[in-house]
Amino acid sequence: MCSKNHGEMCNLAELTPDSLKNTIVHKEKLSPVLTLFEIRAPLIANSAKAGQFVIVWTGEHGERLPLTVSDWDAANGTITLIFQEVGRGTIELGRFEVGDEIPSLAGPLGQPTEIKDFGTAVAIGGGVGTAIARPVAKALKDAGNELITIVGAREKSLIILEDELRSFSDELIVTTDDGSYGRKGLVTEPLKELLDSRKIDFVVAIGPLPMMRAVADTTKPYGVKTIVSLDAIMIDGTGMCGGCRVTVGGKTKFTCVDGPDFDAHEVDWNELRARKAFYFEEESKDRQATLAGGDE
Amino acid sequence: MARGGPRNKMPQQDAAKRVKNFDEVALGYTEEQAIDEAERCLNCKHKPCVAGCPVNIDIPAFIELIKSNDFTGAAAEIKKTNSLPAICGRVCPQEEQCEKLCILAKKGESVGIGRLERFAADYEAAHSTAEAAVEPENPGLGQYNVAVVGCGPAGLTVAGDLAKKGYSVTIFEALHKTGGVLRYGIPEFRLPRNILDREVKYVESLGVKIITDIIVGRTFRVEDLLRNGFEAVFVGSGAGAPKLMGIEGENLSGIYSGNEWLTRINLMRAHREEYATPIKIPQKACVIGAGNTAMDCARTAMRIGSKEVTIVYRRSRSEMPARAEEIENAEEEGVKLMLLTNPKRFIGDEKGAVKAIECLRMELGEPDDSGRRRPVAVKDSEFIIQADTVIVALGQNPNPLIRSTTEGLETQSWGGIIINEETGMTSIAGVFAGGDAVTGEATVISAMGAGKIAAEGIDQYIREKHDITTE
Ligand SMILES: Cc1cc2nc3c(=O)[nH]c(=O)nc-3n(C[C@H](O)[C@H](O)[C@H](O)COP(=O)(O)OP(=O)(O)OC[C@H]3O[C@@H](n4cnc5c(N)ncnc54)[C@H](O)[C@@H]3O)c2cc1C
Ligand SMILES: Cc1cc2nc3c(=O)[nH]c(=O)nc-3n(C[C@H](O)[C@H](O)[C@H](O)COP(=O)(O)OP(=O)(O)OC[C@H]3O[C@@H](n4cnc5c(N)ncnc54)[C@H](O)[C@@H]3O)c2cc1C
Ligand code: SF4
Ligand code: SF4
Ligand code: FES
Repeated sequence: MCSKNHGEMCNLAELTPDSLKNTIVHKEKLSPVLTLFEIRAPLIANSAKAGQFVIVWTGEHGERLPLTVSDWDAANGTITLIFQEVGRGTIELGRFEVGDEIPSLAGPLGQPTEIKDFGTAVAIGGGVGTAIARPVAKALKDAGNELITIVGAREKSLIILEDELRSFSDELIVTTDDGSYGRKGLVTEPLKELLDSRKIDFVVAIGPLPMMRAVADTTKPYGVKTIVSLDAIMIDGTGMCGGCRVTVGGKTKFTCVDGPDFDAHEVDWNELRARKAFYFEEESKDRQATLAGGDE
Repeated sequence: MARGGPRNKMPQQDAAKRVKNFDEVALGYTEEQAIDEAERCLNCKHKPCVAGCPVNIDIPAFIELIKSNDFTGAAAEIKKTNSLPAICGRVCPQEEQCEKLCILAKKGESVGIGRLERFAADYEAAHSTAEAAVEPENPGLGQYNVAVVGCGPAGLTVAGDLAKKGYSVTIFEALHKTGGVLRYGIPEFRLPRNILDREVKYVESLGVKIITDIIVGRTFRVEDLLRNGFEAVFVGSGAGAPKLMGIEGENLSGIYSGNEWLTRINLMRAHREEYATPIKIPQKACVIGAGNTAMDCARTAMRIGSKEVTIVYRRSRSEMPARAEEIENAEEEGVKLMLLTNPKRFIGDEKGAVKAIECLRMELGEPDDSGRRRPVAVKDSEFIIQADTVIVALGQNPNPLIRSTTEGLETQSWGGIIINEETGMTSIAGVFAGGDAVTGEATVISAMGAGKIAAEGIDQYIREKHDITTE
């Protein structure tokens, strides 16, 4: 990339591997398990759209990890990733510091979320899913929707991006499972109240599988169009391996190229849960080993 | 004097030993074996073998050089038209190409052309001192940039040929590593990684820039390349989208496409402890299909320690599309064949993981379009086989990404990019294509052949566009 980092596309023939180093320019711990990176990635910043993701590879022994582009700044040539440290890959990624270069970062991948003026839209983020929901919520607002945002987490320290979401949402509802902040309970409770009390035209839910499934079950009787962003296990993220396949409406889809957004009422949730849990043993072993080797 | 007789056998790693490692199976001829094999060649005046080689290597010429002990000269002769001889000598389906047309094949065994090609290439690599710097033919062309999409054999060939002419070439590759199928598909026991790395380095030494992690169509589009700095674009994006069976239970966990299985192991090295990508070692793996990909999946499954590996195929042995040599190798390594059998549905356990396959017995009916007898299910012949891992290896289609993001690019109904066969140019001026992206899954050497044609086409296109007449 040219040295200016500006948003427009410059002479692509001048690109070199060295000019495309994915350097971390900012790091922030949003909570004990949530980390934010702002990374220099001008080409991706230039073309990213709400709902798309990147694949991060942490080095020779690493896995390819899909992470949503939570924010991007085309003018500065940076993208923001927010990730939860759940296993070996994300724990290792969390050890990168400002100035470090991410060995490989490719994207933006997947179909952008379909954004238009639906009328009244509800955007729901659960846990780290809030980071993914943010650009979608913002885009919905920008498209003219009345935007109600619901953010849920297990407990207070896991609530992220509250101020920012409040700044552009017409209404913001926070829930925690344990009642340590906002309303006590699950995101589906205020959602149900909204559905009962007014006309809701569109719902998008991003978060842990059980949450997205519960949202789907909640909106289904009301016939409200509901979109979820699925986090199937991926490798390449380009449609080459088929490892990310899900059944939607009885048809096989590749999450990385046909998704990650799908109609929540059509997803085969049991199958997705099974496929996501398949490597549980291997992952647990790896996670333990990574935590143990943490101080090297 | 040329003489008849059987051809020299390829020395191989012992089967019992090799199923425990990923080292190369075929060990290569010694100098004596190579000369002896070369002596079998009749140096035919009409060179029938050459017509079988998609890049028209002057086969008798290089074999004559081996006969006369000039191994480096032989390699140079091959390299006149094939820049990746160490790879082709290993993975070309020679028995369908050059060796099929060898005069000796009519009465007995053809000359081991591929084996000799491999010998010459390996000899040169082992004995050449410093890589002689290749001077571009026409440095003046360096002001013209060409973009290549995909770092498989087609892309590497176009890039290498154009760089030799003097053009500035950048390859954009979606994955984090180079090589395309040569790295993520073909296992290292057939194509050692150091050989692939050497060939990629050679292309880089010609001045080609390789930029990984760029997904053309997403990071930027073909049209952006033409608008922002490049005179021409070559699309060599391969045929990477796996075909599936479309039957009940196919998305149970434990069911992989051939691509996923091979990518986990070959690219991500999931079978090795220190690598993060997980894989489960199968007790009983079934591989569906009988092409080269299926053989690679089965033999890879044996090597990572599977207890039992079975190939399930709906036709009979003589219709198996894989190379005879690979089928033999697989069987020697303990892979079982279950022929005239077709899966009807996959059966899962309480956790949603595959545990068995319900199959149908098949018999062969009338020939179909492919000329092979069509398999027909035997009524009420359902039976169950156990499997905790299933690998569906039925081949690949072109990945739709470039097609769907490049306006005006004409493709076949099945996705292959349509080109002018003589120049490699697509329906868009300045955009060329070749390899599996055009033909569907084919061979390494045909992808390279297509790359050569496109390199000439691109050269001509740029010269015409800029009125360049100099040689
Ligand atoms: C499109 C998409 C966008 C995502 N965006 C984000 C995000 O913005 N922030 C975030 O924190 N997480 C995100 N995830 C989830 C994230 O990719 C996984 O948490 C991460 O891959 C886990 O890797 P690990 O090695 O740390 O954990 P592991 O111990 O390997 O696995 C922990 C869990 O993560 C899931 N997982 C494991 N490997 C993969 C893989 N290769 N691909 C997908 N899931 C996997 C498994 O279901 C497993 O239960 C996203 C996933 C997808 C598919
Ligand atoms: C398992 C297996 C075994 C095989 N064995 C043999 C054999 O023994 N002998 C033989 O001759 N042939 C064999 N083949 C076939 C052979 O490998 C292919 O025909 C050949 O690799 C095609 O070359 P290519 O350059 O067209 O495409 P590929 O090798 O597929 O390379 C395409 C490259 O483009 C990249 N790409 C795709 N889309 C994009 C994009 N949008 N942006 C950037 N990059 C992109 C891909 O990541 C890939 O690296 C085998 C194939 C498989 C799958
Ligand atoms: S490149 Fe392939 S077809 Fe051509 S001579 Fe060599 S082995 Fe034969
Ligand atoms: S056809 Fe066979 S014998 Fe004749 S030149 Fe070719 S390789 Fe030699
Ligand atoms: S991750 Fe490989 S096809 Fe989607």
